[in-house]
Formats: sequence, C-alpha cells, structure tokens
Amino acid sequence: MGGVQEAITRAHHEEWARVVASLTRRFGDLDIAEEAAAEAFATAVARWPLEGVPPNPGAWLTTTANRKAIDRIRRENKRDDKQREAQMLYDDDPPDPLGAIDDERLRLIFTCCHPALAMEARVALTLRMVGGLTVPEIARAFLVQETTMGQRITRAKAKIKAARIPYRVPSAEDLPARASGVLAVLFLVFNEGYLATGPDTDPVRHDLTAEAIRLTRLIHALMPEDGEVTGLLALMLLTEARGTARVSASGELVPLDEQDRGSWDAALIAEGHRLVRERLAAGEAPGRYQILAAINAVHTSAPEARDTDWSQVVALYDQLVRLDPSPIVALNRAIAVAELDGPEVALATVDRLEDRLAGYHAYHATRADLLRRLGRSQKSRAAYDLAIELAGNTAETAYLTRRRDQLGT
Amino acid sequence: MLYLVSVIDDQTGSATPTEMAAIDTFNNQLEADGHWVFAGGLASPSTATVIDNRNGEPVLTDGPFLESKEYLAGFWVIEAPDLDVALRLAAEGSKNCNRKVEVRPFL
Repeated sequence: MGGVQEAITRAHHEEWARVVASLTRRFGDLDIAEEAAAEAFATAVARWPLEGVPPNPGAWLTTTANRKAIDRIRRENKRDDKQREAQMLYDDDPPDPLGAIDDERLRLIFTCCHPALAMEARVALTLRMVGGLTVPEIARAFLVQETTMGQRITRAKAKIKAARIPYRVPSAEDLPARASGVLAVLFLVFNEGYLATGPDTDPVRHDLTAEAIRLTRLIHALMPEDGEVTGLLALMLLTEARGTARVSASGELVPLDEQDRGSWDAALIAEGHRLVRERLAAGEAPGRYQILAAINAVHTSAPEARDTDWSQVVALYDQLVRLDPSPIVALNRAIAVAELDGPEVALATVDRLEDRLAGYHAYHATRADLLRRLGRSQKSRAAYDLAIELAGNTAETAYLTRRRDQLGT
Repeated sequence: MLYLVSVIDDQTGSATPTEMAAIDTFNNQLEADGHWVFAGGLASPSTATVIDNRNGEPVLTDGPFLESKEYLAGFWVIEAPDLDVALRLAAEGSKNCNRKVEVRPFL
C-alpha cells in the first residue's frame, strides 16, 4: 500500500506537466487538459491500490486523461460545436528548429508565463498547470482566499483563449527575453518560500522553495544549454542548502556569519558548486542569476565566515551592478564592502540610497548594523526601529528586535 | 484573428506632422504585410454625443459616456494569427504614433 501511495506521488511529480502539456497540444484547450489530467490522477488514486501500479504509469495516465477529455468534448460538442472550435488554442506548430528544447512541457511553461498575463496570474497558472498544485494549495501558499485564487486562474485561462496567446516555444529571437520571464516567475515562487511574509507564516516555506527548485530542475533538463537557467538553479540550491541553519530553534533569523555551517546541506552545496563551475567553464558572459549563484558559491566555499573571500564577492557585485544598476544590488554590494573596507565606507554608500530605499526594511537593517558596528548606538536604534516596522518575516523581526535591545544607551 | 489596437491619449493636441508621417509609413507596412483592416483617428471626447434609444425616445447627452483623463484618440483594427504577432505590431504602432496603445481581441 505504501508503495502504491509512493508511486502515485512520484507519478504526480513526474507526469502531471507532461499529461497536461500533451493534452493541451492535442485538444487546444488548457481547461480541458487540466480537468482531464486531474480526473486521470483521481482515477489512479482509486484504482492503483486495487489493480496495482501499471508498468508504465505515464502512458497509463496519458491514455486515461485522453479518454476523459474525449468524453468531455463529446458531451460539449452536443451543445455547441462551433463556439468551442473558435476558441481552440492557436498552435501553428511548425516543427521547432531549436530541436533540443522541443518538449511539450516547454510550450506549457511559456504559455503560462506569457508577459501579457499579470505576474500573479503567471505564478498561479504555472503552479497549477506545470506544478500540479491544487487551487487550495496555491491559495494557501499566497495567503489569498481559495475563490480569489480560483478566479485568478480561470481569468488567466480565459484570456489565453480569447486573446489567442499562442501555445508554443517562442521564436529564437524572443527566446532569451521570454525565458528570463519564466525564470522571474520561478524566482518569485522561491523567494516567497525563502523570505515568507506575514505574521502567522513560517519564516521559511519549504513547500514553496521545494516546488520552485523542482520546476527549475525541469526547465534546466529541458534547456540545459541556457546559462541563466543553470545559474538560477544553482542559486536556489545554494540558498536552500542553508535554509535550516538560517532560522534558530527559537524562530529567530541567524545571519550568515553566525550560521552553523556544519548544518548546511552538503549535497545541495556540492550540486550548486558543480553547476557554477560548469558555467565558469562555458566561458560566456554571465547573467544576473549566474553572478548571484557565484556569490553564493563563494560564501558556501568558506569553512568559516572569517574565511570568506570578500574581495571576490565585491568583484562579483561590481559585475552585477553593471548588469543591474538597481539600488537593491547596490545595497547588497555595500554589505560586502563593509567586510572589505570597513563599515564607515559602506555606510557612506548606503546613505546615498535613502531616496530610493527608504521603504525597504533591508535598507534600514543594513544601516542599523553598520551604525552599531561604528558604535553609534542611538542612530542604530532608530534604524532598527524602522527596519522592524517594515520587516514582514517573523524570524527577521525577532532577530532585529534582539539586536536592537542589545544596544547600549 | 482580429485585434483592436486602441490609441490612448491624455492631451487634446492631435498628432504632430512627424508623428503623422511615421503613422503613414507604419500603415503602409501593415497593408504590405497583410495585417491592415482599418484605422482612424478620432476627434476629442468633447465632440461626442451619447444617445440612448432603449426606450423608444432617443435621449441625447452632450459629451462622452465616460469622463476620464485618458481617452481613445484613434485605433487600428489589425489581422494577426495570434497575440504575439498582435503585440509586436502594437508595439510598433505605439512607437510610431508616440502614444500608449491597448490591444484587445475581437470575439
């Protein structure tokens, strides 16, 4: 019995996106594909424990789902043939010249992450159609009502149909921009798990980080040559590896230099390092995820915090600033500069970011820490106050509060 | 598939001669590539009249049905195989007429 349950879970992880993608391709309709896939898995749950797991679960699920879809279409065709045909998803479908990435699941991912959809709709649709999460699961993940999440997904599917968002992998010229849109969706899911917000939320949501990693692994398997996909996967793995060390038993954030490095996940770190080395060996100019992964590789290579190669970290941030001149990158660079050139130099840089980052908790938390290290307790306390007010993560609030309360007067 | 590309404007001054020339060139290209269906510019919303004849007696109201800072200043109706193509054309249109545009599919 346990074996069957396991087989169903594994089939769901491995086959859901494939079943939805192939049905969407065949029937030209996301709605039909989603519903038929869900019915096929429900049938598996009912029948596999009695009849045994079929020798090829993927083929069994696809066949069953196809049959369910045809049943539904027959029922509906009796009602309104023409209208349905008019709403079929557009798929002009010349065989893809890109070869290596011609997988139906990729079409599904690119359609779900289409830039004409709102970011929150892309996230929800990707988790449902590609990740196979249920609507209640996605609703819980983003702390919204189930009905709201259901409507968000329904609306997105309706727009895809009515506006004829194509079901295909973008052309070679659009591919880099569109692929980066897909990565943005996955990174957002990961970050929502890693930096979970909300007063009643666990500080780290492993369900979300795990799902983001699983989907990024899938894209990596489909587009192994894409440096940014590899970079994002490495970044997630090296971040996830430190997940348990990042929150103390009492629920407080543990900063990088105080973490128990022995409790980092060595396997994830090894895999992340291997991916970063692979990108270095490729000899191509890295994008932002690859640089962020490299920064994390430097951190996770140091046996102790004091062994960190800060000049390497700052050099990587310099590279990142050239790609992404955003104030948040500048803030993170300043944190590294503090280790290399001292808090005084870093503070001068951080203070120049006030205009643009005054509403961002990490800006105030960084200032508070630099001021504390410079012995300016009063100013530090004021900065901690602002950071605490703005921080949304429970573990971070706890950490900042303790740090503030440790300040002398 | 037909798409309505609405030109959104927030000022009363119509297109400059340079913009008009760019729009003409763009329109010729639309025609050459088989995307052209129809296009036109509209007079300002203050010239609009709303008519309601649902009850047999036409009631006229001076002005647009919706007062807003931004309004429809013109439009294209284009033929495109899918939204990606429509969006690419609309992006060109926005650049040439130097205004924001909205893309909406016909039913």
